Amino acid sequence: MKKLAIIATKGSLDWAYPPFILASTAAALGYEVQIFFTFYGLQLLRKKLTLEVTPLGNPGMPMPMNMDRWFPTFMLAAPGMQSIMTSMMKKKMKDKGVASLEELRELCLEADVKFVACQMTVDLFDMNPKDFIDNVEYAGAAAFFEFAGDSDICLYV
Amino acid sequence: MANFDAEFDASGLNCPLPILKAKKALGGIESGKVLHIIATDPGSVKDFDAFAKQTGHELLESREEGGKFHFLIKKS
Repeated sequence: MKKLAIIATKGSLDWAYPPFILASTAAALGYEVQIFFTFYGLQLLRKKLTLEVTPLGNPGMPMPMNMDRWFPTFMLAAPGMQSIMTSMMKKKMKDKGVASLEELRELCLEADVKFVACQMTVDLFDMNPKDFIDNVEYAGAAAFFEFAGDSDICLYV
Repeated sequence: MANFDAEFDASGLNCPLPILKAKKALGGIESGKVLHIIATDPGSVKDFDAFAKQTGHELLESREEGGKFHFLIKKS
């Protein structure tokens, strides 16, 4: 059986997609998959996902009404801008038939994708494992290499 | 179109949902039976081809009709 190892490091709505899409698809293709969630990637394990997206520091992000071309960059930091952008992104995803993160995460779990949380980051940020979904294991870098060392594909996202 | 035993309509769904849902639907039928999948995602044409090659299920048919993509997959 082929193996896919992913390190998920980002905790924004947009960057939460690659690990879950790749993991669920690989599992459907018969891969054994493990995702190691570290630093901001741990946000993807929360029972209630409240991830947001921001155009700040991301000139490549297309925005409604071509705002990315004419809207002053500093105005993107205005209060409420992030939640507006997040709502718009979520609506667009729904309209285009893109799965919700909750759905993709559930499909990963159904397909036996193994979720491992970085114990060090959990301690560092004083995160409470009770806020995370069940089916999460807690481990460190050495445990990741035990699986990744044997993997056919290893991705850092 | 050839005969099929089960059908799944993935119209409106985007990558990777058509593949994931088709995989689930295949889990519910017996080996040798044929699943008919309908999709609107243009990416699904290459994806179902790749899915069949990697999983061993046989892609009997892949065609476009009336703006939709139709796939027949025989479960291995």
